[in-house]
Amino acid sequence: MIGHAEKAAPFAANEPRAHWHDQALWFVRLKRDRQAESIPEWEALREAAAAIKAHTLSRIADYLEEFERNAHANGIQVHWARDAAEHNAIVHRILADRGITRLVKSKSMLTEECHLNPYLEARGIEVTDTDLGERIVQLRHEPPSHIVLPAIHLKKEDIGELFHKELGTAKDASDPKYLTEAARAHLRQKFMAAQAGLTGVNFAIAETGGFVVCTNEGNADMGTSLPPVHIACMGFEKIVPRAKDLGVFLRLLARSATGQPVTTYTTHFHGPMRGGELHVVIVDNGRSAILGQETFRRSLSCIRCGACMNTCPVFRRSGGYSYGYIVPGPIGSLLAPLRDPSQFASLPFASSLCGSCSDVCPVSIDLHHELYAFRQKLVENKTVPLFKRMAMAVMTYVLARTWAYSLAGRLMRWTMPRLPRALVYGPWNPWGRQRELPPMPRQSFRDLMKHDLNNEEPK
Amino acid sequence: MSSRVEASGRDAILASLRRNAPPASPLPEAPAAIVYDDPEKQFAETFTSVGGRFVCVASLADIDAKLEKLEPYTQARKVASLIPGVGRTIAGVGRTNVDLAALKDPHELEGLDFAIIAGEFGVAENGAVWVAGSALGPQRAIFVVTQHLALVVPADQIVHNMHQAYDRIRFERPGFGLFISGPSKTADIEQALVIGAHGARSCALFLVG
Repeated sequence: MIGHAEKAAPFAANEPRAHWHDQALWFVRLKRDRQAESIPEWEALREAAAAIKAHTLSRIADYLEEFERNAHANGIQVHWARDAAEHNAIVHRILADRGITRLVKSKSMLTEECHLNPYLEARGIEVTDTDLGERIVQLRHEPPSHIVLPAIHLKKEDIGELFHKELGTAKDASDPKYLTEAARAHLRQKFMAAQAGLTGVNFAIAETGGFVVCTNEGNADMGTSLPPVHIACMGFEKIVPRAKDLGVFLRLLARSATGQPVTTYTTHFHGPMRGGELHVVIVDNGRSAILGQETFRRSLSCIRCGACMNTCPVFRRSGGYSYGYIVPGPIGSLLAPLRDPSQFASLPFASSLCGSCSDVCPVSIDLHHELYAFRQKLVENKTVPLFKRMAMAVMTYVLARTWAYSLAGRLMRWTMPRLPRALVYGPWNPWGRQRELPPMPRQSFRDLMKHDLNNEEPK
Repeated sequence: MSSRVEASGRDAILASLRRNAPPASPLPEAPAAIVYDDPEKQFAETFTSVGGRFVCVASLADIDAKLEKLEPYTQARKVASLIPGVGRTIAGVGRTNVDLAALKDPHELEGLDFAIIAGEFGVAENGAVWVAGSALGPQRAIFVVTQHLALVVPADQIVHNMHQAYDRIRFERPGFGLFISGPSKTADIEQALVIGAHGARSCALFLVG
């Protein structure tokens, strides 16, 4: 198993780019702050959102059945998939039964999670991702590195080079406006030729049997208003009880995600387009198992805004690919090991536990507490590498005993200045790779206190 | 996969969700939300900040004159209007030269330069305009396929916040509806904002009254 730190190394090695990434995401975080501050009831709104999600999860089966009933009444066909394989088979069958070979997609992390694109492509279906960032990474044969900003790991020159090769733009052209215009023309052809459109779901409404998709580009709207077949894929946790709950979530989503007051298009689907078909695929794929875990079920409240990534000091400096999972950052560091603890055991440790993620989360998920709890679980289950477990056992022994702690301190103060540098900064000291250890003090804090107290007492 | 497999998948998922559901917790109402001293002014500012162009007019009849000062409109070769009398619809002749009722297929909208659509109400806090599916005419794709868009909203139809917005929306079922807040945009290349991603390259709003 290659851990987070090892995967982050190549990203961190390119210092100017890592710095740019850090700053670009921090800029988004600041925009988010300005929007949050413009709403006096922001904190109450977060609490309401968390409570609505908690309530919904407590009655999730009832709400899904209510959604299904109302969706049927609206002429929407509802499908259920236990796992990724069933999800992919359902989508493929809908397309294959109608002889569809050209599909346009708007952003859907669920379909990334299920690896839908390669599944369909292997069966002769051309799949075009239409969100600009997603199209860029698709043309590069890469996954997105961020759930809201899929191409944030790239510079405009990288994209200019890619578009020159793939779309025939001028050589060395890297102006974002020019490149976006080229992508618009290229993707408009794809929209016009598509036979079906696939979208994710931001919120599904039990009470009305409809759902909402949010985009700034309008790609979901193009893909669902031109071809007659629309397939929308959702994890079951996307459901909200009432239409008025959308007021709470839509006030939080775009402000938290990109620092906008709302997305350009917030589209409500309550039935197929004229003469068309509308399918909703409801997916479990491991989510119901998370629901059963008291400590971690709040991670199912996530509305995929990405705010925890933009604020995370680890994500900003290590990049999305270092997580090795489709949802990176603090929330991904929970969702990934919940899915596969042994493969993703390093992720709960990819955090400083500073709590910034919990502070910005629009649905108040206690992310850093859950990450800490997950670390304990991993250590208990021995899913953590032996070296780390041994180090922790030694630390636990030393920190729990005054004499051992004093002795260790004394030993370090005496030996460290006498050891050759190569020994101190050897491979066993990852902390020292990019940092200098502080100089060893001559005496311990305990000695200092004892000395001062002795000196003061006579007064 | 047969539909029988799907049906059993449905039952298995629901059973698993019931088995794993956490204890009951109450469903809260939204907190008291922001109201503005001058919602119309707040709306105008927000709509402008998201890249939209805000224009006040006294009546519907005044919109044509304002349109004539709007470059995307004066440069447009193909114009469609869904508001009788504005942009001089087919019956009223003038610049409007696309008969939406004659289109057989939404793909025929490609090449449309300018569309004029009625918004039901605006939201002051975020500059969003609610557009009901029925206001989009025979092909709902018009709002996103058109190169440029104009929305027309009555001045007395501005709500303060999204909670008020959902209090008044009555979904057409089956049907369609959306909030539009400014022109289509992206910042996917180096976080540089570019107006005109896939949908309208510009979005003007006429507030009437």
